[in-house]
Amino acid sequence: MANERLHLKDVHKAFGDVPVLKGINLSVKEGEMVCLIGSSGSGKSTLLRCINLLEPIDNGQIIFKGEDISEPGFDPQPVRQKIGIVFQSYNLFPHMTALANVMLAPRRVLHEPRDQLLAQATALFEKFGLADRMNHYPDQLSGGQQQRVAIVRALAMNPQIMLFDEVTSALDPELIEEVLDVLRQLRRQGMTMILATHEIGFAREAADTVCMLDEGIIIEQASPEKLFTNPSEPRTRQFLSSVLKQ
Amino acid sequence: MRQRLGIKKIVIQALVVGVTLAATSNLHAADCAAGKTMKEGVLTIATGNPAYYPWVMDNNPSSGQGFEAAVAYAVAERMGFDKENVEWTSASFDQSIQPGVKDFDFNLQQFSITEEREKVVDFSAPYYSAPMAVLVRKSAVENGAAPTIESLKTLIWGIDSNTTALAMIQETIAPSSTPLLYDDNINVVEAMKANQIDAGMFDLPTALYLGGVVLEDGVVLGQFPADRTDTPDQFGLLMEDGSALKACVDEAVLSITEDGTLAAIEAQWLQETTGVPLIK
Amino acid sequence: MINRSAARVAYDKQQKTKGAVIAALSSLVVLIALVVLVPRAPGWEKVQASFFDGEILVSTFPSLLKAFLVDIAIFLWSLPAIAILGLLVALARDQKSPAMFPLRALAIGYTDIFRGVPVILTIFLIGFGIPGLGLPRPWNSPYIWGSVALVLTYSAYVAEVLRSGIESIHESQRNAGKSLGLSSSDTMRFIVLPQALRRVVPANMNMLVALQKDVALLSFIGPVEILRQAGVHKSLLANFTPYVGAAIIFLAVTIPATRYADYLLAKQHRERS
Ligand SMILES: Nc1ncnc2c1ncn2[C@@H]1O[C@H](COP(=O)(O)OP(=O)(O)O)[C@@H](O)[C@H]1O
Ligand SMILES: [Mg+2]
Repeated sequence: MANERLHLKDVHKAFGDVPVLKGINLSVKEGEMVCLIGSSGSGKSTLLRCINLLEPIDNGQIIFKGEDISEPGFDPQPVRQKIGIVFQSYNLFPHMTALANVMLAPRRVLHEPRDQLLAQATALFEKFGLADRMNHYPDQLSGGQQQRVAIVRALAMNPQIMLFDEVTSALDPELIEEVLDVLRQLRRQGMTMILATHEIGFAREAADTVCMLDEGIIIEQASPEKLFTNPSEPRTRQFLSSVLKQ
Repeated sequence: MRQRLGIKKIVIQALVVGVTLAATSNLHAADCAAGKTMKEGVLTIATGNPAYYPWVMDNNPSSGQGFEAAVAYAVAERMGFDKENVEWTSASFDQSIQPGVKDFDFNLQQFSITEEREKVVDFSAPYYSAPMAVLVRKSAVENGAAPTIESLKTLIWGIDSNTTALAMIQETIAPSSTPLLYDDNINVVEAMKANQIDAGMFDLPTALYLGGVVLEDGVVLGQFPADRTDTPDQFGLLMEDGSALKACVDEAVLSITEDGTLAAIEAQWLQETTGVPLIK
Repeated sequence: MINRSAARVAYDKQQKTKGAVIAALSSLVVLIALVVLVPRAPGWEKVQASFFDGEILVSTFPSLLKAFLVDIAIFLWSLPAIAILGLLVALARDQKSPAMFPLRALAIGYTDIFRGVPVILTIFLIGFGIPGLGLPRPWNSPYIWGSVALVLTYSAYVAEVLRSGIESIHESQRNAGKSLGLSSSDTMRFIVLPQALRRVVPANMNMLVALQKDVALLSFIGPVEILRQAGVHKSLLANFTPYVGAAIIFLAVTIPATRYADYLLAKQHRERS
């Protein structure tokens, strides 16, 4: 497929003796938004960390833009900057201002003039309504603001795909929407995204494809309309009813 | 038979003399040391641990071998204590000049008598006047070190800070670089081996010992006349401040000085010091 | 409502004043007890003459101060060396790849040995031993090799402190750096180390206080610093007052430093909670 951005083939991962991913197959097209759902412990975070090469996989292939990046000996550093990831707990650098958080990696990795990088960073802050927070330290920001800064930090590397790992789970309910707005904005822009989430409503509204992960296997993959209204797997139905009850 | 009788007679005579002598000295002890020692009838003497040649041989003062061990027994004898009634203990330098009660009757480990020290402890009359001497390595002699003040000025000096040598060096030699100081003369020698210093100043017996035994290529370059400084180092027996024994000890020291006993001990253990030139 | 909060403020203030008064009174009682009782001890006069002779204190103090400059100089030139070596050893211990195993093993051996040996032994062994190998002057100076001994010992301690600081930074911080495409050395330099260093400042302040005191151990191999100078006076005067003078000078430096370290530690606790 010409416009395929990411292709996972039979990805296996175990921690010690405990298998966590047991053969994941997934194709993500350019500009597509894939949502991963599944109960806690089903392997969503592990999958995203494997795609970002923070964890080595045991078996299978991760093909990013036609290149197998999971091959042993492949240098992970250059490819990581093209695959952005945002974590549930933001993981901002607490000793740096928001701007310094965003500027660090571009400054060290992208060989572009400082002025240009600064202009790009400032533009991102403005775009996501954070212009007046650039010089604040993380502990001076709300959770929603911190998470948006974390997203800006990943975007500043001009990634070609973005991974989001339950980015709203740690937030107070009234702060969730401002982060989801950022995701909507990215979607409109055509960013390729994989999103692990419990926000069923958002997945339904925004996803192109939804994958139901259970015990390390994608047991069901379909359009949101199909998966949320008429799931074919009993396990999916069970999961959805438990999430919607809350 | 006759011979036997003769021997018997001599033995008896000797015994009589011995008993009489013992009786007189015991009488003497009753005179001046009775009731004043730490333990009644026993004289407790302290020295350093380790104590070594030529002061005490083999770190064993009770053998009576070595200058200070021999002096101690001679003094004890004059005070009326025979060998069995002398007990040895050890005490460090700092411990010994602290104020307070002492756990010895007297202490000898080359304590120089000074006015300031006499404020907190008592010293006996001196039992030795030690001339100061300069110890260097062969290499220093090869580099032209000579027993003259001019030459000594240019050396780097190391001194045991517990001795009075520092004042003497500063007053008599006034070296061009600040002397380095150490805790004991073994460390001074160690610094000489490491070539960190050129020369050390010790009293002559110590210098001879260090140069002969400890420092392989040691040379005693020269000695100062004992009267060169205002206060030649004199060693005294150290006692608790206000010790009741002091008069008795002084009398004993004077007694062995006057009758030549002390000189004989010195000759035996500290030997001839010739061959070490006087410093000009 | 307003009245009530005003009353609370007044009550708090009253409690605070009460506390201060009690503290002052009890301190005064203890002080009086010391001043009155200690001189009544039977040995006091002798102790006073030996340890607290005002005249001797005044006459020896200037030379002690001058000798203290030697301590300060040794302290100051050892400090940067300790900082650099301690950091290098801590980083070596943090190496996780198998290829770096020899380096890590070397660092572990180094910290184990130099933390396990009493400082004074290290000073003797290095201060006399290395020059004894035949170094020419001035490279055999006890100032140099004594300082080297201090640097080796304290770098081992500082390396351990730094390592604990590095390990206290959560793995997610490293992951965040890596995921942005930063090299592991950049991640260490810009993300982990700045946070780790800040965390171990109080521990390192205590290390500085200990170093300042241990500088005096160099006197064993020759340098005439304050402790030795006091010893010389003690020997000449048969009086311990110069040691008390030296103690006063040490305390004048170490007490503020210790208090500052405590203040930093308290501040850090406040910030984290
Ligand atoms: N570093 C790790 N070491 C060992 N087990 C891990 C590690 N990370 C995750 N796991 C285990 O892998 C399983 C999947 O975890 P995770 O990917 O975090 O699930 P999810 O994100 O879907 O909740 C869990 O059982 C978890 O305990
Ligand atoms: Mg997770």
